[in-house]
Parts: sequence; C-alpha cells; structure tokens
Amino acid sequence: MADVIEVGAARGDAPPPAADPAGRGARANRTGRATPYLFLAPYLILFGVFGLLPIVLGLWLSVHQWDFQLPNRPFVGLDNYKDLFSSDSAVYGDWWQSVRATAIFTLFSVPLLVVLPLGLALLLNRSFPGRTFFRAVYFAPYVLGVAVIGLLWRFLLDANLGLVNRLAGLVGLPADTPWVTSTPWAWVSLVGVTVWWTSGFNAVIYLAGLQDIPQELYEAAKVDGATAWERFRHVTLPGLRPVMLFVITTTVLASANVFGQSFLITQGAPGTETRTVVWFIVEEGLRDNDAGRAAAMSIVFALMLAVVSIANFRLFRYRED
Amino acid sequence: MIHNEMSRRRLLGLGLGLGAAASLTLAGCGGDDDAGPAAGNGGKDYTGPKVDLKLWNGFTGGDGDIFKTLVNQFNTEHQNIAVSVATYQWEDYYNKLPGAASSGNGPDIAVMHMDQLATFAARGVITELDDVAKTLELSEGDFAPTVWKGGLYNDKRYGIPLDMHPLGFYYNKSVMQKAGLDPNKPPTTREEYTAALTELKKSGVQGFWVSPFQFTGGMTFYSLLHQWGGSVFDAEAKNATFNSDQAVEACTWLTDMVKQGFSPANVGQDADYLAFKSGKNAFNWNGIWQINDLKKSSEIQWGVAPLPQIGSQQAAWANSHNFTIVKGRANDANKVSASKVFINWLSEHSLDWAKGGQVPARKTVREDAGFKALAEVNALAPELEYAAFPPAAPGLGEVMTTFYNSFNEAALGKKSPKQALDDGVAKANKQLEDNRKKYGS
Repeated sequence: MADVIEVGAARGDAPPPAADPAGRGARANRTGRATPYLFLAPYLILFGVFGLLPIVLGLWLSVHQWDFQLPNRPFVGLDNYKDLFSSDSAVYGDWWQSVRATAIFTLFSVPLLVVLPLGLALLLNRSFPGRTFFRAVYFAPYVLGVAVIGLLWRFLLDANLGLVNRLAGLVGLPADTPWVTSTPWAWVSLVGVTVWWTSGFNAVIYLAGLQDIPQELYEAAKVDGATAWERFRHVTLPGLRPVMLFVITTTVLASANVFGQSFLITQGAPGTETRTVVWFIVEEGLRDNDAGRAAAMSIVFALMLAVVSIANFRLFRYRED
Repeated sequence: MIHNEMSRRRLLGLGLGLGAAASLTLAGCGGDDDAGPAAGNGGKDYTGPKVDLKLWNGFTGGDGDIFKTLVNQFNTEHQNIAVSVATYQWEDYYNKLPGAASSGNGPDIAVMHMDQLATFAARGVITELDDVAKTLELSEGDFAPTVWKGGLYNDKRYGIPLDMHPLGFYYNKSVMQKAGLDPNKPPTTREEYTAALTELKKSGVQGFWVSPFQFTGGMTFYSLLHQWGGSVFDAEAKNATFNSDQAVEACTWLTDMVKQGFSPANVGQDADYLAFKSGKNAFNWNGIWQINDLKKSSEIQWGVAPLPQIGSQQAAWANSHNFTIVKGRANDANKVSASKVFINWLSEHSLDWAKGGQVPARKTVREDAGFKALAEVNALAPELEYAAFPPAAPGLGEVMTTFYNSFNEAALGKKSPKQALDDGVAKANKQLEDNRKKYGS
C-alpha cells in the first residue's frame, strides 16, 4: 500500500523538464499532463459509476422517505438522521443496539484476529516436515462460505443437541452452556467462530510479509547477540509494520461489517442483542422498504468507520516518526 | 450495497424499459380492441395468440417439484400458453420482486403469502383480480371464509387463494408408548396435555421443547394468544395488542413449560424438531409442511392432529399461498387473460397440490374423495374453521418481527412475559405509526 502511495506522490511532484524552448515545450507539457489521467481513466470511470455515484445517491436518498415502489417519496430533510438520535423514534432502540452489538464484536474479534494469525504465521514460517500441509489446513476454513460455517456451527453449538456441549460434558465441564441463545456466550461463539474462520487469511498475509524481511537482518542481529525475543521485537515487528497496518485496517472493517455469522448462528438472539448494524440496515432497506432510513444509517455508520480508520492510520504514522 | 443495487436496477430498467416499450406498442394493437379475443374474459378460457408467461414462487422444498409437474400438465393442455417457473427462497423472492417488476423484468404471475398481499398491493406491485373472481363465479362459499377474506385489501381482491398451511400438533407415538400413554389418543385439552407431559417427565423425557424462535415457538405463541382470546393487533391493525392480559397469560403458560421441566431452556433453532425426530421429545407444534419430511423418515412412529385446546377456544396459526398478477406487465392484455386462465386451472387442480402437504383452499377439492385419502393433511383440514390468519395491512412484516422478538426475550428468560410484551408493543406501535405515514392509511 505504502509503495503505491510513494509512486503516485513521486509522479505528482516530479518537476517539469527545466530548460525547454517555449513552443515545443508547452505542447509536450500538455500531453505530458494528460498522460496520468489517461492511465487513470479506466479505473476512474469504474470508481465514478460504482463508487462515487452510489455515495452521492446514498446522500440524496437519506434526506427522503424513499420507497422506490411508491409514487410519493417526500423530501424529509434530516428527519432520517434525527430518528437515529431521538429516543422516541421507532428505530432508535434497534439502531443503537445494533451499533452496540457491532462494537462488542469488533472490540473482541480484532485483537484476536491480529495477534493469533501472527503467531500462526511465525510457526508456519519455520521449516518443518509437513509445513505445506499445515499452511493449507489453517487456511482451509476461509474458503468456506458464511452459510456453510454458519449452519455448521449453529448445530455444533446447540445448547441441547450440539456436539460442543456433549464433549464439554464428557470432560466434566457444564454441559448446558447456552452458546447461541444467551450473552455473553453468544459473543464467545461469534468471535470464536470468526477467528477460526478467517485467521488463515490474515496468517497468509503475515506469511508473505515475513518472507519479505531480509534474512541478513536476522543474521546481523544474531551476531550482535540478540535473543529470539529481541529479534522478534526489533527485526520482525518493524519489518511487518506496513503489513500490520493493512491487516488491522481490513480486519477492523471486516469485523464492523459482520452480518452472516450473527444472522445464521445466533439469529440475533437473545431478542435482538446480537443483531449487527449491517444486518439492521439490510432489513430496514430491503425488507421494510425504507431506503431513505437505511441510507442515513449507512452514512452514519461509514462516518464511524472513517473515524476509526483515521485513528488507526495516525497511530501507525506516529510510530514511524 | 443498497445504493449499488438501486443503480444497477436503474440501468437494467433503462435497457429493459426500451424493450418493453417496443413490445407494448405491438401488443397495443390487439389490447385496445375490447371485442377481440385478446381482452380476456376473466380466466374462463384464452383463445388469443401464443403467449409465454413467467411465474415466480418460493417453493424450494418437495412442493416445488409437485408444482412444476402441475405446470407441465397445464402447458400440455394449453397449446397457446407456455408457463415457465422460477423458484427463489421466499425471503430473497420478496426482496427481488418489486425491483424486477418495476424494471419490467419481473414475472407475470407471482405466488405470495397472504400476509404479504397488502404490502405488495399498497406498493403497486400486484394488480386487482376482482374480475377473475366474478367471471369464474368464485365466491366466499367456494373457499374457507377466512382464507377468502385474506385475499382482500381495501375491499379489493388481490389474491386468489391456492391453499392454507396451518400449524399442526405432531406427536411421537413410540415416545408416548414408552411413557405409558396411549399413542392413538393424543391430548386435546389443557388438562390432558399437562397430564401427558407429567407422565413423560416421569419417564425421563422433556416432552414439549419450547423454541424461542419464530419457527416454531413464535408461531406456537401466536396460536395460543388467539386460543386465549387475544389478538396481535386491533381490528384495523392500528394498534398492537399483544400485551393484553390474555397474551401475557398465554406467554406465561409457554414459558412455564421450561420452569416445570417439560422443556429444556435455550432451545436452538430447529432443535425442537430434530429432537422430535430423534425421539428426544414427544410433542412438536409445527407447520403442515413437515408432513412430507416426516413421511420420508420411516424409523419414526408419528401422528398429526389439530392443535390441542389450551386456552378458552380453539385457534391455530395459519398462512396461505395466493396467486397474484404482477402489475409491471399488466398492460399486455393477452398475458393477463392467459394468466387468469392459468390461475383458475391450478386452483381447480389443487388436489395434486395437496399432496405437497397443503390444505387446498377450494372447498370442492377438500370434499373430494382423493383429498380425504391424504390422511395426514386431511387431519389438519378442520383447523380451517378457526385458523388465525395475519391481518391485511401494508408493512406488517417488520411489526411481526417485533412480535416474534419479544416472545424470544420472554422464552429465553431475558425478561418476564409481561415486560417483554409491553416493550414489544411500545415499539410495534411506533412502527405502525410510521407505516401509516408511509402508506397513508
């Protein structure tokens, strides 16, 4: 990521050729100036149509009571936003409960999804017999769809019929833990399943990062008498910084977008305690046909995520200095 | 995501709109001429040029195959009408239909649950069918009154009922026998029900697992609430009433099942039914659609009966599949009249449909000897008399979700029944008010 930015910045800052005769120089300059934009055009068009335009449309939707099937789609100003913040509206309770659910999930899943895969990658980076096999094994769950892992774990975690409680009973642990119908167990299940499911992906990213760290640095550190921990702390971690930034950012966003797991495994139970923001937005927009309200929620949610992402980037830039 | 969806639909709409406009001008020649055969006669027959009809439904189970067989039979009998069927998951289907219809990419005929009719009618997706009922001389007498009235919205008919599917009472005969109960005499009253559960408990079986989810606990509560004489909404569906004393009593009776040890706590989704199939419990209140699934598993001895009367009167949750005609294409008179022919034909042939595990809506079919031979499905036909169908008001889907969520909180012991239902009603009333603003009724 950092590489791309540097390349782009270098191009933009490149000074024009110094000693050009006026006439020819101006023409060359003009075509020169257009070149980057021509190269960018294919992506820009796609970004404009599928990125910018939907955002603008979303903003526009969010100030209307919008059901595309009804002839009457009145402009309602900021009412859709006000509804999210005034406690007597129909969506206030559900909305903030979904924000809370998403926050809890993100708070507990991100640290695990950043740290565990790193450990996994360190292990898988060593050379030992069967390494390729284990690399495949840990990555395997990630290739399964959310529907598959959701149904699978719903039955495994069932309080009365599930395998997990049965095994727990065999080793003398309580055999009636309500894994999917009561908090905090529901959170343990959701976070646990997600870690099992997606750790492999982050581990592969880390693995690629680890292989980019020059071997000479480790050798030099060894010569200087650095212990294994010191080599990890002063060679591996700094070497992984850009990868780490990428992993944290994408994991935060992925966790904040959690939908399928709670939709299938806990089904929001108990009550709507584990219903997440994205789920609620989908329900509001597509099932209850209130695209305006759903758009307002999406925008507020996007702003929340933007704040988190900015904080994240700040943190890493600060360390770099 | 939603925005992308919208803009893509728009794009699709543009392309298809042009195509539709072209075909409309062609169809216009015949359509304007009322005397011509193309104008249709409400579904008696169709003599116009050959038309292709698209039909959408959500029959993803074994019922889907039976439906397709029926459609094939129709196609061979009608040389000038070709019906093609597309099947989606109900949930996706209801999300997809409005967009598809407004972009001209939707079906001509759509199968729909009764409780969805009002929403789709109010949103202008489906068209009125009063003339079909009139020409075919269909009236309340031909159907069960509750089912027939369910097809109305604002006094206009939008759906022709195909079937009704109530909640039934399934009992596991071998488990009953082991507990010393007569497997051929399932409990029918509250006293008998409690007595049976007590016997089962003595034999070490928690007989009646109360699911906290809509399938099946929510529907069980819905039935009981009506058995106690309560209702989910008032008559005009203006206010939610599911926190009435009757509702609280019905809910308490259910949640007490856990307290008395007749049901385990924290029953998961589908766990009640899986436990029933594997002989871990004895009674399951479940939809009529499970009959075919149970028939497939030969190792279990089971029976099905109307719901026992626990409250002061009989009542059972029920819903109904209805045929509707989609508005997007309603301008093509040939297609509309051919659609009506199809709807009438299938309604008359709904005996075969009953084999899919549904009670036919049409009286003549229910009185047919062939239907009487379908012992299990026929066993639930008496419930038609007192079936509690959802009321017809647009946008009720989200309010029903609130209803089921409040029951979930009570069943999982997060709140007392009274508290859970009070909180649910408070939210439901706000949602109903929002709906009134939106649909202007």
